[in-house]
Amino acid sequence: MLRYIVRRILIMIPTLLVISVLVFTIIQLPPGDYLTTMVNELQAQGENVNQERIAYLREEYGLDRSPVEQYLYWVGGMLQGDMGHSFEHDKPVADVVGDRMFLTMVVAFVTTLFVYVMSFPIGVYSAVRQYSVGDFALSFLGFIGLATPNFLLALVLMYLAKAYFGTDIGGLMDAQYIDKPWTWGKVMSVLEHLWVPVIVIGTAGTAGMIRRLRANLLDELHKQYVVTAKAKGLAPGKVLVKYPLRMALNPFIADIGNLLPEMISGAVIVSVVLGLETTGPMLLKALQSQDMYLAGSFLMFISLLTVVGTLISDLALAVLDPRIRLEGGRKR
Amino acid sequence: MSRPPIEHYVNPEPFNPQSLLELTPEQERYYMASQWRLAWWKLKRHRLAVISASFLTLMYLVVIFAEAVAPYDLEERHTQYLFAPPQELNFFDEGEFVGPFVYGIAVTLDMEKLQWVYGEDRSKRYPLRFFCSDNDYPGASYRFWGLFDSSFHLVCPAEGGQFFLLGTDRLGRDMLSRIIYGARISLTLGLIGISISFFLGITIGGVAGYYGGLVDSVVQRVIEIIRSFPMLPLLMTLSAILPVTWPPTLIFIGITVLLALLDWPGLARAVRSKLLALREEDFCVAAQLMGAKPGRVIMKHLMPSFVSHLIASATLSIPTMILGETALSFLGLGLRPPVTSWGVLLNEAQNINYVVLYPWLLYPVIPVILVVLAYQFLGDGLLDAADPYKH
Repeated sequence: MLRYIVRRILIMIPTLLVISVLVFTIIQLPPGDYLTTMVNELQAQGENVNQERIAYLREEYGLDRSPVEQYLYWVGGMLQGDMGHSFEHDKPVADVVGDRMFLTMVVAFVTTLFVYVMSFPIGVYSAVRQYSVGDFALSFLGFIGLATPNFLLALVLMYLAKAYFGTDIGGLMDAQYIDKPWTWGKVMSVLEHLWVPVIVIGTAGTAGMIRRLRANLLDELHKQYVVTAKAKGLAPGKVLVKYPLRMALNPFIADIGNLLPEMISGAVIVSVVLGLETTGPMLLKALQSQDMYLAGSFLMFISLLTVVGTLISDLALAVLDPRIRLEGGRKR
Repeated sequence: MSRPPIEHYVNPEPFNPQSLLELTPEQERYYMASQWRLAWWKLKRHRLAVISASFLTLMYLVVIFAEAVAPYDLEERHTQYLFAPPQELNFFDEGEFVGPFVYGIAVTLDMEKLQWVYGEDRSKRYPLRFFCSDNDYPGASYRFWGLFDSSFHLVCPAEGGQFFLLGTDRLGRDMLSRIIYGARISLTLGLIGISISFFLGITIGGVAGYYGGLVDSVVQRVIEIIRSFPMLPLLMTLSAILPVTWPPTLIFIGITVLLALLDWPGLARAVRSKLLALREEDFCVAAQLMGAKPGRVIMKHLMPSFVSHLIASATLSIPTMILGETALSFLGLGLRPPVTSWGVLLNEAQNINYVVLYPWLLYPVIPVILVVLAYQFLGDGLLDAADPYKH
């Protein structure tokens, strides 16, 4: 088991390295760096540009060095928790971000939990009672859920809440707590607001999970060992739980690898619509103002979240399934 | 000595030993049918898929003839009717059937709130006209696909009347017409994107699956890395670095290519796993032993056995592209205004206070969901039909 964990973590490192190179390339892609943009803007406004200050800044942030050196500088800083400098806010990225990364993780975690808690019983019910009225109704709902992009769902819900109840369901906490230190009241306020984004972000994922669990379980239920078990007089509940469910559970857990990127990217745009205090709106703002360092840090953070999430799901799978533990590596 | 007559009934017809093996014409038709024909029969039995396919066909017809179907031009502004609410389509006036018509719009200025208030003017009745052209509908002429001049409109308002079935936007442009024109961009983008992604997926997945070994592991790693990026943030970042100086058409192409670049891994993975399984089959080995080159083996022998499956998967990823573009444009990072897609239209609905006042700005949501749903159902039906031998 330990060997598997170590191997799995070692595989993660090159992946992260490649991702960081890609992200850094993306940061560097727009012609010119932020300073050139700033100088141009200042000159356009007819202001005097202090060449010395520019040169100082250039040196300070390593903008005059070769791309490779800049990359190493960036990654080195990242590893020490220094996420670079946001030029637009003229503050270290870590300060700009504040609680947002933590809140992003909270939202992602709670949504994953929601998806699993919702889809497990529904999926099992749909498979066991295949073609029943309940199955049809749930499948239909699932299709709608799958087809409705979550940001549009958020938009429509916002509209309905505002137009018919006069309330604003946006935000992740009451206004008085924003940018304030964590208190009990703030935690409660976040919990109160959390359910709307969780449901909105989780719908599509839940619908997909239900469909996959249903299909997996149905495949198992049609196998001969189930018929044998039934023929030998095993109680229906026991027949279900003892073998087919355990078989169907594997892909269900493994699916987190697909679910997580989907949800995190969904969360970005939903949080823009709902105005959540997470990384989503920040990323958008950074992109709009071409503050590429800030954007790159966000992108890196979001990708890291995904990679770590996949790692956790792999480890969970290894605990669950001895075949993976012993052979090492998931077969896809 | 003659045998005594048999007591029981005997069929006088000569005995046919093949009688049980013979097929009825119906069975014969079924057993002799080609794979594609079987798939087609199976698809036809999938009711939802058939309905979705007809709906999509209708949508694409609208896309082709957008100029003629839309009652107004894309940029035609009605400055007296800014944010006019949708007009109701009526058939009966005072209990009397008059055919489709709309009432006039009564505009009053609310001096207290300082805003225009739109109501129904029941005294005016504007019956819709069908199949109009330049002589009865002035300002109707357009350049069809930018190729030739025409002025034919399927439906147009009565003289002096308006026809805003879905209301107007901030500049007094008809929402219905804009949604129809928007369909042209949104729906073609999906098709172009999937063609690029399909090509990339087949080529890369095919090479990886056929050669295996080192090539395969490299491709596998690349696919894993692309897939471990959350798609939307990456897409947002990439489209944000498209130069601002590019003209809108170039942006359109750029966005399409970006969408395709992020979409091919799924298809490539499907191609690869199918190829890995199939290349061990006897017919493939036979072809190789007879000296067929890799290209021929892939295209001639392997492809036909899974291309139907690929088409189904491709159909299922078209909605992802449409949604990707909608999301980008909605955020203002995608297509830009002279180019109008559903996402660009929804961009106006970003401010929730706006939407509460003018809910019809949300109407583009409906075609988005319907099209995605239709593609979803059609893809499911195709996936079922892709393997017609499975029951």
